[in-house]
Amino acid sequence: MADKSLPKDKQRRAYWRENLILMSVLLTVWFIVSLLLSVVFVDALNEIRLGGFRLGFWIAQQGSLYVFVVLIFIYVWAMNRLDRKYGLEEDDDEKKGSK
Amino acid sequence: MMDALPFLAESNPVKTWTFIIVGLSFALYICIGFFARAKNTSEFYVAGSQVGPVANGMATAAGWMSAASFIAMAGMMSFMGRDGAMYLIGWTGGYVLLALLLAPYLRKFGKFTVPDFVGERYYSKTARVVALVCAIFVSFTYVAGQMRGVGVVFSRFLEVDINLGVGIGMVIVFFYAVLGGQKGITYTQVAQYCVLIFAYMVPAFFISIMMTGNVIPQLGFGAELKAEPGVFLLDKLDGISTELGFAAFTGRGSKSIIDVFCITLALMVGTAGLPHVITRFFTVPKVRDARISAGWALLFIVILYSTAPAIAAFARTNLLTTVQNTEYKNVPQWFTKWEETGLIKFDDKNDDGKIQYYNDQNTNFTATATSNGWKGNELTVDRDIIVLANPEIAGLPAWVIALVAAGGLAAALSTAAGLLLVISTSVSHDLMKNTISPHITEKQELNYARIAAAVAVVIAGLFGIYPPGFVAEVVAFAFGLAASSFFPAILLGIFYKRMNKEGAVSGMIAGIVFTSAYIIYFKFMHKEFDTAEHHWFGISPQGIGAVGMMVNFAVSLVVCRLTPAPPTKVQEMVEDIRVPKAN
Repeated sequence: MADKSLPKDKQRRAYWRENLILMSVLLTVWFIVSLLLSVVFVDALNEIRLGGFRLGFWIAQQGSLYVFVVLIFIYVWAMNRLDRKYGLEEDDDEKKGSK
Repeated sequence: MMDALPFLAESNPVKTWTFIIVGLSFALYICIGFFARAKNTSEFYVAGSQVGPVANGMATAAGWMSAASFIAMAGMMSFMGRDGAMYLIGWTGGYVLLALLLAPYLRKFGKFTVPDFVGERYYSKTARVVALVCAIFVSFTYVAGQMRGVGVVFSRFLEVDINLGVGIGMVIVFFYAVLGGQKGITYTQVAQYCVLIFAYMVPAFFISIMMTGNVIPQLGFGAELKAEPGVFLLDKLDGISTELGFAAFTGRGSKSIIDVFCITLALMVGTAGLPHVITRFFTVPKVRDARISAGWALLFIVILYSTAPAIAAFARTNLLTTVQNTEYKNVPQWFTKWEETGLIKFDDKNDDGKIQYYNDQNTNFTATATSNGWKGNELTVDRDIIVLANPEIAGLPAWVIALVAAGGLAAALSTAAGLLLVISTSVSHDLMKNTISPHITEKQELNYARIAAAVAVVIAGLFGIYPPGFVAEVVAFAFGLAASSFFPAILLGIFYKRMNKEGAVSGMIAGIVFTSAYIIYFKFMHKEFDTAEHHWFGISPQGIGAVGMMVNFAVSLVVCRLTPAPPTKVQEMVEDIRVPKAN
């Protein structure tokens, strides 16, 4: 039993570490877009034009919202992959029913 | 139709359409409430955890977007210009935190409420009670504004008394929330999302085409004006704004960077900590559904939120170009109509028969105004008008105007229902079942839940009929409290195994006391000091939740180190919620 539980334990720890790395990367992007580009550096970015928009204004009122949506979908995709890699995904309903 | 309802005979087509569309939408909500009624506590609290992720995304979006989002936000942004972004980012960025940090783990934990998690993770009744008091307080704060919103929409579009409007709203919510619980609410919210997004987008498309020739409003407000080819809409708007003494629309507003930073952060963290949003992630079958449904929810929200700034810019440009220095007798028809409701007020201070709309608070602009013979700003515009009058300004048919009424009602009712459910669940499940009398049967618990929901509907209705003067002030409270209490406690509960009850409880209490004290001092005790120079580091009460959150984290971590580690069983539970697979 001990032999079996040790690798499982290690595996879970590796899974968690990868999860934390993924999260930190995505949250760094989140922080840069929501608070740095849209609030702190918005005036500097406003000097740049993006068609009819000023860049700072566009990021604050449009771009940041789109980035948030993309971040969540990337997270979902990456986590589902991570679950499968470590065999930690949820059982399907059929299996649950047969238990 | 006309014979059956004689009071419609003399009314205009807008009113007739409003009766028909609002009536149909209400009938739909009641039908859904009836067919999706809850049979047990699990269905009442979390819709039996059988909601599909896309449906949950829609329900979350409808529950999240309140009367304020639907009616007031575009208007607010229209008057705030670029600073309005703090609401857009604050109310969407929180979903990233929710999706990455909370939703999947709370779904794995798999109980019914936020106080459930706090109570079990911190093996303490005190923690549960602190959490449930916060949940009830935050939800009541919010729901007060919603019922008022229902009344306001009724009175503006159907010219019925506000109180009657609130009463009708109460009956509808009572029906599907008390009968259907979370199950009824969820499927009603899906329908309400469809109604409200359709109602919001149709006028936006038309206005965008009218002003820029581009059908997509998100692109339209960065395009050239149809009336003046070669001139970008936003440049035109910046130009006329500064000409009238206002700040440039895309430029810096009146708030300091640190204040905007803190407000944005507090709104984001508060959003992630609001119990009526978190509860929605208990309603899906699996952890991976919880993750993806946060994505769907945000996508559905962003459709509306990314349109709001476009509407704001269109409406502002329209207002400044059509109204400024126009002879009062030549104003467009919508102007006179909304003047009757009191949402637009004109006072000809210099008796020249023309409307002067400018920033008379700007001292640098006083000389220009005086040389023009202007004696003060003559036009007062209520922010709500931006969305409400949009279809009329664009000259859209009566049924579109009626649709906006139905959309506003859908937004207010869906949010109210979600909040009422949190209140009723907190009372029946957290207070009765898990704190006061653990031995009640499931049937009794379900009855308590229904009674609590009914009582909460009545209290919310009373708030709507007798609105307390401090509603606007307490909304800052709701986000501040959610940010400084729930968010750190839940986050540490998942990501820091060593966190114990002493740390969490003292952190929550420190966060709440700090945040409330700051808000109460500036919003209730010394309103005269509520200006940037008296605030700590220029942080306004709206943004203080961000600091309260830091206080909570700091106190939690210090106290936790000085007190014993949590029991092994709790540490194992934390290990368990970190992976989707069941043991």
